Amino acid sequence: MKVPVAPPRRLVEVEIDGRSVRVPEGSTILQACRAEGIETPTICYAENLTPVNVCRVCVVEVEGARALVPACSRTVEPGMKVRTDTERVRRSRRLVLEFLASSVDLSLAPDLHRWQEVYEAHPERFGALMEPAAEGERDGREPGRHVPVEPGTAETVAQPVKIDNDLYVRDYARCVLCYRCVEACGDDAQGTYAIAVAGRGFDARISTEFAVPLPESACVYCGNCIGVCPTGALMFKTEHDLRREGRWDEARQTVTTTVCPYCGVGCNLELHVQDGEIVKVTSPADHDVTSGHLCIKGRFGFTFTRA
Amino acid sequence: MSASPSDVERAAVDAVLGPPGDGDGRVVRGGREVRGRRHLLLPALRALQARAGWVSPGGLAYVSERLGVPPAEAYGVASFYAMLSTRPRPPAVLHLCEDLACRLAGAEELAAELERLHGPEGEDRDGRTWLRSPCLGLCERAPAALAVHAGERPREVACAPLGQTELAAFLAGGDVDGGVGPAPISAPQTADPEGWASLVLLRRVGRVDPGSLDDYRAHGGYEALRTAVALGPQGVIRELKDAKLLGRGGAAFPTGLKWELVAQQPVRPHYVVANADESEPGTFKDRVLMEHDPFALIEALTIAGFTAGAERGYVYLRGEYPHAFEALERAVAAARARGFLGPDVMGAGFAFDIEIRRGAGAYIAGEETALFNSIEGRRAEPRNKPPFPATHGLFGKPTVINNVETLVNVLEVLRVGGPAYAEVGTAESTGTRLFCVSGDVGRPGVYEVPCGTHLAELLTLAGGVRGGGRPKAVLLGGAAGAFVGPEDLELPLSFESAREAGVTLGSGVVMVFGEGADLVDAVLRIAAFFRDESCGQCVPCRVGTVRQEEALRRLASGRTLGTREDELALLADVAQVMRDASICGLGQTAANAVWSAISRLGVFG
Ligand SMILES: Cc1cc2nc3c(=O)[nH]c(=O)nc-3n(C[C@H](O)[C@H](O)[C@H](O)COP(=O)(O)O)c2cc1C
Ligand code: SF4
Ligand code: SF4
Ligand code: SF4
Ligand code: FES
Ligand code: FES
Repeated sequence: MKVPVAPPRRLVEVEIDGRSVRVPEGSTILQACRAEGIETPTICYAENLTPVNVCRVCVVEVEGARALVPACSRTVEPGMKVRTDTERVRRSRRLVLEFLASSVDLSLAPDLHRWQEVYEAHPERFGALMEPAAEGERDGREPGRHVPVEPGTAETVAQPVKIDNDLYVRDYARCVLCYRCVEACGDDAQGTYAIAVAGRGFDARISTEFAVPLPESACVYCGNCIGVCPTGALMFKTEHDLRREGRWDEARQTVTTTVCPYCGVGCNLELHVQDGEIVKVTSPADHDVTSGHLCIKGRFGFTFTRA
Repeated sequence: MSASPSDVERAAVDAVLGPPGDGDGRVVRGGREVRGRRHLLLPALRALQARAGWVSPGGLAYVSERLGVPPAEAYGVASFYAMLSTRPRPPAVLHLCEDLACRLAGAEELAAELERLHGPEGEDRDGRTWLRSPCLGLCERAPAALAVHAGERPREVACAPLGQTELAAFLAGGDVDGGVGPAPISAPQTADPEGWASLVLLRRVGRVDPGSLDDYRAHGGYEALRTAVALGPQGVIRELKDAKLLGRGGAAFPTGLKWELVAQQPVRPHYVVANADESEPGTFKDRVLMEHDPFALIEALTIAGFTAGAERGYVYLRGEYPHAFEALERAVAAARARGFLGPDVMGAGFAFDIEIRRGAGAYIAGEETALFNSIEGRRAEPRNKPPFPATHGLFGKPTVINNVETLVNVLEVLRVGGPAYAEVGTAESTGTRLFCVSGDVGRPGVYEVPCGTHLAELLTLAGGVRGGGRPKAVLLGGAAGAFVGPEDLELPLSFESAREAGVTLGSGVVMVFGEGADLVDAVLRIAAFFRDESCGQCVPCRVGTVRQEEALRRLASGRTLGTREDELALLADVAQVMRDASICGLGQTAANAVWSAISRLGVFG
């Protein structure tokens, strides 16, 4: 097979925060910012997935555009003037972080803690957090109607963890609705389409058809959704159990890289070991074979044999 | 999951998709081709709802299997639309409008009456129930309801005005009378011979038989298409540009330029779409046009197809408009039968046909890119722009999308010619406009006036404020628009004057709030509307609409967090992030009316 050699990409000159920057044609504003060492928060964006640009935490100001634009998906154009440090940008980023932190449990998303500090977010100003919804209540919400919460409380997505199989749990109280798991399960990696976004508005949620338990769905337990989830909403059952027992301790864990022995594809595995037990398996997002995605054997084969 | 469809559900789906092929209900042909029929998903789900009263697991599984759409995705679509139910729902449902104009006309009293006579919203009693609904687009006849009967003979009937008698009849198991409103009620100018002479867009309303192609032609119908064919696509575009016609769907984009951009695209096929989703609270003009003069839209869309080089057009009609659907369906069939649609339109050597697609209860589906997703069988989530519809529209192809009123204007442009058209109205806002006047006025209805007419003049035309005097406030442009006060009645209703005044005419909503109106109630309703209608895709709008409603309810109840000023500062923050960082116009405008009420009218002051 002849491998076509891509022609070198032309460079495009843009201005970011007053500095002139040259990046390859087709780059995103985010790539240009990163090349310049300008830190930009992202939540829904992932290198191994198609940008969905829904979280809006990466917004920047582009001269001539009425609204702010998402840096993660907007491609640069010659002469584009971008500002990442204006009051408008900071305010939007702060509000996005406050909105998420006031409605979602972000305790397992350390990046977002840091960003909240950087942007001086005060999520508590929206009031006391609402009591968690009863099991299944959010799954039954109907589009176009809602019951407002008591004045003074802030609505959240708090709800019980879904534990319906031995391999991984779904804790949608931690879900920021970044669409990453849906993409990983569907077009971008797995092609299984076991989960999708259901419902509408604040009641939108990740769901199987009619919220059936995973074993009744099309899920094949590749765990790719777990691999891309930025907030710990999707988690190995082993990790979930250890955390519940208060025994999860990353300081005591080692990570061993190996090649998956189950078939000849050659996927890179990272085995996370605590106290001599494999507690979770990941794959590097930049690995050229897997792009971070695995199948049930690589993902769960080890923990499964242990169990 | 494995759930089986009932015979009724199977029949309902087969009626839309055709009988199953050799695979016996399995995925018949391989992946790609079957997935290519995904655009039939919403029609199939609607059919399930209409026959079975809900989208059951068995019904959904059958649709998924036949179309090759993964069940989780099909569920994601079914659970997006308010008129579809993924839980059992009684076969007879009275959807009671609880929106702005109907609130002014006693909707809450009717809701209380329903609660007293029937029980809580949603409760099944003898196969009947009632549910609250956002604006049904029947505001000139408020208070309004839509009766929906699922079953072997599915029926949907608009019922407005809804009185105690109709309400009791529905609860007693009877049919409610209703349907298309008489032209003189919906468009009062058509009743008066003098006023009628000045009408352009409403010229045929109440004068032609909406079911007769011959009558339409006897009233000037299809002359514009003949003119278009004689001028050729370039000529039509020139006339539109000379006319300076701007879109009436809200964004005021130049129509000629839009058509030209699509006509120039080398990629094929091209599509043209009529946006008839009309769900902005307080808007009903497109409904009146479609119910009373459906051929006008068919002809105009045909001209769009001819000009933009499209052989297929879609009318995306709001799901809650059964009577407009009947009128359009009849008109399309008649036009097709007589060669005004089909492989050789009017023998002029071009092909064009129209499909009507019905929505299923989602305001956001009126946003153009959400509308494309809806037709394609996806959740009606707006797409990020760029790319724009002119290059990446329906099915990813170059697409013209216009509001119904915009399209009907094209007939007038071609009738009188671009320059003559531009003589009406103001320099920047040419032609006439339809305004949906509702609320506390003497004669609510659709009114056609030249662009630039003063608000006060329009109100006088509509019989003035009910009970006399000056209004407490007027809502311009709907929930996405802005309130103005009694001191703003001299505002000329043109794009440029609205822009200068910091308001918008949007979809032509002019809703009058009289002395006794409760503006806090209206503001809370608007906030609830956006919270209900956000698609949920992006954080600023998904959470912002919730936080906005919460803060307003705190202010209204007096239970503020901190001082009133703290709450207003918080609301300002929420408004700004929604405006600046939301993906689409819904989030970007969700704070407009609320803020105008606070800053111009001093609500919560
Ligand atoms: C939330 C939302 C809802 C909309 N609903 C409608 C609608 O029901 N009808 C309509 O014509 N345009 C609607 N629009 C505007 C369309 O996106 C689009 O601008 C319009 O169809 C273009 O037509 P025009 O150029 O003829 O105005 C809506 C926009 C938004 C953001
Ligand atoms: S484990 Fe794999 S198949 Fe199952 S939901 Fe996650 S991505 Fe989809
Ligand atoms: S479960 Fe995780 S990956 Fe999926 S949408 Fe929620 S936060 Fe994103
Ligand atoms: S602004 Fe609102 S309606 Fe528009 S894409 Fe975002 S969440 Fe959806
Ligand atoms: S990271 Fe750009 S929108 Fe989420
Ligand atoms: S029909 Fe009730 S407000 Fe429009």
